Amino acid sequence: MSALFSLLDRLFSNSKPLHDPLTPPAGNTEVKTTTCYMCACRCGIRVHLRDGEVRFIEGNPEHPLNQGVLCAKGSAGIMKQVSPARLTQPLRRKPGAERGAGEFEPISWDEALQLLEDRLRHLRATDPRQFALFTGRDQMQALTGLFAREFGTPNYAAHGGFCSVNMAAGMIYTFGGSFWEFGGPDLERAKLFVMLGTAEDHHSNPMKIALSKFKRTGGRFISINPIRTGYSAIADEWIPIRPSTDGALLLALVHELLRTGRIDTAFTAECTNGAQLVRVQPGHAEDGLFVPASGADGNDTDPALHRLWWDVVTQRAVPAWSEGAQPALNGHYRLPDGTPVAPALQLLREQVAHCTPQWAQDITGIPAERIRRLAQEMAQAALDQSEDLPIAWTDWHGRPQATLQTRPLAFHAMRGLAAHSNGFQTIRALSILMSLLGTIDAPGGFRHKAPYPKDVPPEVRNPSGPQDVQPDTPLNGAPLGWPTSPDDLALMDDGSPLRIDKAFSWEHPLAVHGLMHNVITNAWRGDPYPIDTLLIFMSNMAWNSAMNTVDVRQILRDKREDGSYRIPFLVVCDAFHSEMTAFADLLLPDTSYLERHDAMSLLDRPISEFDGPMDSVRVPVLPPLAQTRPFQEVLVELASRLALPAFVLPTGSRRFKDYPDFIVRYETAPDSGIGFLSGWRGADGSKSLKGEPNPRQWEMYAQHNCVHHHPLPESQRYRRNWNRDYLDFAQSMGWRRRNTPIIIALYSDVLQQFRLAALGQRPGRQPPEHLRARVAHHFDPLPFWEPPLEHAATDLARYPLAAVTQRPMAMYHAWDSQNAWLRQIHGHNRLYVNPALAQQHGIADGDWLWIESSWGRVRARCQYSEAVEPGTVWTWNAVGKASGFWGLHPRAEESQTGFLLNHLIREELPAQALGLGQGVISNSDPITGQAGWYDLRVRITPADAPLQDGQTLPEAAQSWPQFDPPQALPHPRVPGHQTRVLRYFAGRGRHKGVQP
Amino acid sequence: MTQLALVIDLNVCVGCHACVTSCKQWNTSGSAGHLSDHEPYGENPLGVFFNRVQTYEVMQFPQTQTVHFPKSCLHCEEPPCVPVCPTGASYKRQEDGIVLVDSDKCIGCKYCSWACPYGAREYDDDRGVMTKCTLCVDRIYDETIPPAQRRPACVNACPTNARLFGDVHDPESEVSLAIRERGGYALMPELGTRPANHYLPRRLPQETKAADDQTQRTQQRPASARQTQVPTPRAEAVEMQSRSLFARLFGAVFDPVRAAVAGRE
Repeated sequence: MSALFSLLDRLFSNSKPLHDPLTPPAGNTEVKTTTCYMCACRCGIRVHLRDGEVRFIEGNPEHPLNQGVLCAKGSAGIMKQVSPARLTQPLRRKPGAERGAGEFEPISWDEALQLLEDRLRHLRATDPRQFALFTGRDQMQALTGLFAREFGTPNYAAHGGFCSVNMAAGMIYTFGGSFWEFGGPDLERAKLFVMLGTAEDHHSNPMKIALSKFKRTGGRFISINPIRTGYSAIADEWIPIRPSTDGALLLALVHELLRTGRIDTAFTAECTNGAQLVRVQPGHAEDGLFVPASGADGNDTDPALHRLWWDVVTQRAVPAWSEGAQPALNGHYRLPDGTPVAPALQLLREQVAHCTPQWAQDITGIPAERIRRLAQEMAQAALDQSEDLPIAWTDWHGRPQATLQTRPLAFHAMRGLAAHSNGFQTIRALSILMSLLGTIDAPGGFRHKAPYPKDVPPEVRNPSGPQDVQPDTPLNGAPLGWPTSPDDLALMDDGSPLRIDKAFSWEHPLAVHGLMHNVITNAWRGDPYPIDTLLIFMSNMAWNSAMNTVDVRQILRDKREDGSYRIPFLVVCDAFHSEMTAFADLLLPDTSYLERHDAMSLLDRPISEFDGPMDSVRVPVLPPLAQTRPFQEVLVELASRLALPAFVLPTGSRRFKDYPDFIVRYETAPDSGIGFLSGWRGADGSKSLKGEPNPRQWEMYAQHNCVHHHPLPESQRYRRNWNRDYLDFAQSMGWRRRNTPIIIALYSDVLQQFRLAALGQRPGRQPPEHLRARVAHHFDPLPFWEPPLEHAATDLARYPLAAVTQRPMAMYHAWDSQNAWLRQIHGHNRLYVNPALAQQHGIADGDWLWIESSWGRVRARCQYSEAVEPGTVWTWNAVGKASGFWGLHPRAEESQTGFLLNHLIREELPAQALGLGQGVISNSDPITGQAGWYDLRVRITPADAPLQDGQTLPEAAQSWPQFDPPQALPHPRVPGHQTRVLRYFAGRGRHKGVQP
Repeated sequence: MTQLALVIDLNVCVGCHACVTSCKQWNTSGSAGHLSDHEPYGENPLGVFFNRVQTYEVMQFPQTQTVHFPKSCLHCEEPPCVPVCPTGASYKRQEDGIVLVDSDKCIGCKYCSWACPYGAREYDDDRGVMTKCTLCVDRIYDETIPPAQRRPACVNACPTNARLFGDVHDPESEVSLAIRERGGYALMPELGTRPANHYLPRRLPQETKAADDQTQRTQQRPASARQTQVPTPRAEAVEMQSRSLFARLFGAVFDPVRAAVAGRE
């Protein structure tokens, strides 16, 4: 046989190939730099164009964030550009058509803007709260927040309420920084890295780069997660844990460290409030608050610096940080006036006394012995493997230090801890664990990123009452603030919520990112009040960004008895034909990320590195498709037309030509020298961080890889909460008003202020009676663990399984399913079930099954997985789609075999189940309003099993529920799902899309 | 003689698929392009990808290892796809050992894909030709590309730097060093194809603990699963599969399943 082939080979083959594999195809190529936006990571990219079409997108090797690498999403950016799901022109709901039917008619931008201007002008002049602006993963909150503030509405937030606000709030209320864009694990110097849960969509490429280097240099990586995928796949050890129980594990670890005395005692005494004396006098108006040192004034200084220690040498109370004093970290004492006090750490010790490893074993499923060993491994890494680095710095007292001690124990956590209604206290527990081991901004530990650390909490105040919200007037305060006491809540005079989402009300007092997940339901119910216009930018609130999706879709089209819609006017701005677009009264087409300017600003969530501030820009590398217009331009245009003060000159005429002009010339205060971008400031571009506006700033960014990095001197890169030079520098840059040190709040007197009010011991604002017990219980100044709220409203015997979602690395969210390449990686999702569990229920691998919660059911397919703990089932987030959206065929696998777990999750719980009287209350953390969407409990049954009522459903090879596909949009589109074969080849002029 | 190849480090691959789409976008507009996608927005999208990532689970809960396994043409030194090609379209380049398909000679008979034991070939239905990984032959010699980026697109993109590229015949090259020091292995060496691409095995910590863990595993299963009288045939099949997979993915460095079995005997 082979002889025959050899013969054929000789006959047919020519030693020279006919096709030359080396010569590149013809065409004019050019390379432009900009910044990726296929997820929140924001890598530097080089976009290669051939005859005006995208030939290749590569990671920019000169970009400090991604150093040349690029993920699967970034490498599939071309398919986003040519997606048939692109919206191409403004549309209005057809007169007479029902909302949600998806029947639109084209209108011009002039008409659309005029319509909006008229409506908003009226609302602003009468009741600005009637306009609500909520946004998705937009990365432009500095601008959208400014717009809301200048408009005068408190009803603004981004999507943090259902993303990971607990992570931001839990950590920032403890040590002034957080994971996320605000800080992260220093894997360059860590020896042990512990990852709890996690989301793989923030800072994802830098994390991958660091993780592989860490492993290659011998670091030990432990993943604590119900599921072993993604990063956890390469962990040296996987410790499976039950969802929503991380708090118990963390408290047991704190218990063990305190029991064995394995903490960083000097750090705890000096840098935290652990040694500060707390009044222990139940019933007293100041019970549980720190006792102020005499002579402390409330002005312009941090009360955390003016408290008492118990000096073990002299056995008396002395002002904290007194020269020569040795502060007690345990025991109970009496002040000379008889006041009973104890150091905060003593109270923590008492709080966690019952949190033994045995206690945690029963909750988490992790053997007690493993928890004990883990505590010691952590202490060993942080304390015993520490070394002194020859880095000189100056502490906040002005004392020069010749060296800097490493604390080579790093953590990372995100949504897995955050998206639970017990998440805030869980993350408080993690923050305390990290602090007790001295890892905060230490080499090898947790490192801040500028402009963090900020005050505990940051000095940003939201409007506190109706006096702060006036017609035709900017808001008094920022829409989203950081409350320090009940006085900072946003309440009407009768104590009801000021905001439509009830953020900063007694239901969710520290809702620092708002509660976007409750806006639609609240507006529909008119609780706390009805609104007129809801503008949703880039968030799929009728699908994967909503909980209780089926009802929310109904609510969006619900009418009053007079036939008018309960939410009268709905404006949606998006780049793609998402499920949400069907419900728009006015639909505005956004551009793609390759077609516009953007600023990743230090005023927002920049891309800073551990060693200093960094921000970046996007510049257009392609013209906008058809009539698409960047949302930023729409906002600047509207703000100018409405004469919002920051956007107009004193004469009333418009101040900024367009968005790029706004970015260059806007300053936070007259002549502050601080604007959206920190690079190439000053008239000639010679200044960094601060300086007069530079008209050539965009150009200079474009010449420098679209990124500006300002590395700090080595002496200012660590221990920044207490680093004299850094604190002075941060103040001079306007990142903080003060230059005082930021003391870690192991014990949170902010929380205690709310508890005292709820107990009726604090004068001033009081919670309504039905919420008193809830506030008093949850606002514990020290962390505690208890099951999430949803469990109280669920029959756990009937619904024994935890159900969660994860985000695949190759697909960020809803945005990506129209991407022809990425959908071939994740085109459908299944429910991953441990085979032992599935077999108990008679479900085979690949079978259809019902997933049922107290609130609904979904049909999906089962996939066996040994990489999930048997009490948990999970699926990929946002892969499932409604039929006919996103430019996909109505029978595309996304809608036919893909499914959405969101149908099973409620945004509200019956108040009665929580002992809170009648009605409903948000299914969210009672402190921060973080949506508890990882708290879901379900059961699984074979899809052809008899249902409760005896009825038997035939097994269908289709996921359920299904929705009717929408009508085609009335605008020219690039060829859609009719495309039989996509032959993408840049430079033949086939992929330029629809031109205006 | 030069033999260019990829060496893929399974110890750090997190399965992010960056190599998959970076390969696709480079090659669809490159000299091997286009790479068609059938029904790109339809019911059953099916496109040509030179490189794909497969995910395996090895062993049972809680000892599970999740292994991401990127796979593309291995550029065999004895490529079985070349002699079977009736038109000489399949060929191995003398100068660098890259195995290519000459699309101008290919008649789409698919003999080569039948001959390839690794399933590494991708038939393009639209063009009627066989395609496969070219090691980005149109990048690596292109002098308009900065030298540091003159590597296959997947190697540049890989965020964990799990893909090394170089000459496996040069004993001092980065790839040869990695193969020597890390126990790099080739797939199915028994077939005599001598793949040029190699894999670096997953490193397992605490290797001696495996036998203990095996006992622990049984204890940690849910009560009702423990009560199951006989292991289902499926479970046995899974274990058999795991064993061979383990050997394949983790190489000869260590096989805890085998060790556990040996421990019991």
